[in-house]
Amino acid sequence: MLKSLNIDPGKCTGCLQCEMACSLENEGVFNTAKSRIKVFTFHEEGRFVPYTCTQCDEAWCMHACPVDAIVLNPATGSKDVKNDLCVGCKVCTIACPFGTVNYNADSGKVVKCDLCGGDPQCASACPTDAITYVDANATGLDKMRQWAGKTDNAASTGA
Amino acid sequence: MAWTRQLLRVNLTEGTCIPEPLNMEWANQYLGQRGLATRYLAEEINPQCDALSADNKLIMATGPLTGTMASTGGRYSVITKSPLTGAVACSNSGGFFGAELKNAGWDMIIFEGKASAPVYLHIENNKAELVSAADLWGKSCWETDEMLHAKHQDPQMRIAVVGRSAEQGCLYSSVINDLHRAAGRSGVGTVMASKNLKAVAVRGSLGVGNIKDPARFMSAVNAGKKVLAENPVTGEGLPALGTQVLMNVINEVGAMPTRNMQEVQFEGASKISGEAMLEPRESDGKPNLTRNGGCFACTIACGRISTIDREHFSVKDKPQYWGNSGGLEYEAAWALGSDTGIDDLDALTYVNFICNEDGMDPISFGATVAAAMELFEEGAITTQHTDGVELKFGNAQALCWAVEKSATGEGFGADLNLGSRRLCEKYGRPEFSMTVKGQEFPAYDPRGIQGMGLTYATSNRGACHLRSYTVSSEILGVPEKTDPLHTEGKAGLVKAFQDATAAVDSSGLCVFTTFAWTLDDISPQIDAACDGDWSPERLVEVGERIWQLERDFNMKAGISGADDTLPDRLLKDAAKSGPAKGKVCELGDMLPEYYQLRGWTTNGELTSETRSKFGLPA
Repeated sequence: MLKSLNIDPGKCTGCLQCEMACSLENEGVFNTAKSRIKVFTFHEEGRFVPYTCTQCDEAWCMHACPVDAIVLNPATGSKDVKNDLCVGCKVCTIACPFGTVNYNADSGKVVKCDLCGGDPQCASACPTDAITYVDANATGLDKMRQWAGKTDNAASTGA
Repeated sequence: MAWTRQLLRVNLTEGTCIPEPLNMEWANQYLGQRGLATRYLAEEINPQCDALSADNKLIMATGPLTGTMASTGGRYSVITKSPLTGAVACSNSGGFFGAELKNAGWDMIIFEGKASAPVYLHIENNKAELVSAADLWGKSCWETDEMLHAKHQDPQMRIAVVGRSAEQGCLYSSVINDLHRAAGRSGVGTVMASKNLKAVAVRGSLGVGNIKDPARFMSAVNAGKKVLAENPVTGEGLPALGTQVLMNVINEVGAMPTRNMQEVQFEGASKISGEAMLEPRESDGKPNLTRNGGCFACTIACGRISTIDREHFSVKDKPQYWGNSGGLEYEAAWALGSDTGIDDLDALTYVNFICNEDGMDPISFGATVAAAMELFEEGAITTQHTDGVELKFGNAQALCWAVEKSATGEGFGADLNLGSRRLCEKYGRPEFSMTVKGQEFPAYDPRGIQGMGLTYATSNRGACHLRSYTVSSEILGVPEKTDPLHTEGKAGLVKAFQDATAAVDSSGLCVFTTFAWTLDDISPQIDAACDGDWSPERLVEVGERIWQLERDFNMKAGISGADDTLPDRLLKDAAKSGPAKGKVCELGDMLPEYYQLRGWTTNGELTSETRSKFGLPA
């Protein structure tokens, strides 16, 4: 079963546990500046919104890469950066409509979410289930259940 | 490891920023943050110096777990000599600033001297420089935060700043970081402003590594997160209602100081409670609380994010206050509400916004207004002093007027900014000041919770609940229930809480975790991260050493055992209602035993045996 990250901003408290889990997994240190998932704070509105790569099927980044350094991981559906091929041209960062591929000046390569190979650490670290890793074909299931719960079970036609 | 092992020494007189290795021998004895910074302060300043002179120093210090994934591991403290109390000040804050400082590669910053003109410190990893703050002086914390973000074009920069109240010498000004988190008490912001230091703006991208045993650390961190999630207080009560979960509880047990501590129950408590913050209001159908928010790494998320009713008199013509910002915590709701007899939730939220915007400690501010209200009702202060304002208990308009005056220090604001003790002395009624060592009380009446009386009397920073929160035991039954109306065993209870809290305050973790965690939960996290053995027993020893060091500093500063007392109102005037009706605080039953447990003389002085046992500096 293909799975995908499912983000519910309504549950996010802005604690950044996801960013630290991401940086620990990928960089070996706690460093929110190096996280591939970012939590945005809209202070006036009182909202926190985690945001990361959605792993597009027809991935702009993958198609734009002139050296084929971004490849599909068939096991997870993620589009992964091959560090030994990436030349740091940054074309993918321009191609991505969502801004979720970014250049890392320290390594001279681009970085993006690779779903941690199928065990995304951001989802494991999230204390409020704002980030979950669920069946890619049913990301709307929880929302459907909520609405279903609000329906009126009384017969709609009476005798 | 976990420490970066590097501190930044900023000499404001000379304009220099010089890195220096962290004293690891001291880190081994004092852990970090509160303990370690106090060790530096005790070494480097004369405890008798004028707190607002260039001779005082101000330290911003992180703990070894600050910036890690340990739940709540984002704390930093501001340590200095307090202008409010003359004692050592150590104010702890959450938000994101502390973790950013650690990510920039610094365990702490020591500020010394005084700049000849306003400056701010700009840190970008290992680069640190002092920059003119001529354009920022005279601006509020919120304006300064916005201007610095715009100037540096860096939305991810984290900023700690002092407001206009601190510039004007308000003796209870806080350091505000991330707009609405505060190193709140004892006037640490006042000291910062006295050095002409307006702000510290930090961007760190080095990361926090150096974990001694990463696999064991993450296993301890995950175990700790699970304990917090499954505990009813940290897993349900605090996320849902914040610390405001306490308002109705403390009122019920008759320990809610009301109208300048004349009474112990407030008839309007339910209207300003955490539950009330969830009630939809008439005008727009929205509740006061928008949602909860977490500080860095915090999996509890007790923070309140609130709005004020746009139709409310306080903001009707001020659209800049219509958005969300930091809402009422229990201490603020009590001081601004119950202690002033005001049950208008929107007014309290507005006043709390202004306290954050211009950096006043809402506990000391609210308690000082309460004292002023009693002075007014007794005729010691009149409308001639207050621009015609009827400064009476229950007057929400007067409170909103007062906070605007305090923010700028104009008119009667200059009197309010003296704090309760100096205000009551100025107007000839010192007995109205509800303070210990010059610092205003927090939200637990010691007639109804006896252990808190000893807590307040012996706290090393003046009246404070965060030095030994025996409310946990006496009211909530954590870790075990004791009778709040009895004094037996309270000396030992207070000492145990004081020592454990000093260790937690030195680690980078938040003391609110201790609603669920004991040192048995905390020790594995510190031990896996830091070199050396950090067993629970060792943490208690470190905590006690910190307590003795702070006490030693205070004695050298001229404070004595005679200052370990409470106002007569709490010792002689019995509670008028509730379960504690007829009770006074029986401090005299607890204090001698406490001194004995501490290894002090009957006058509360450190003995030479105690000094040598803890290896205190000469």
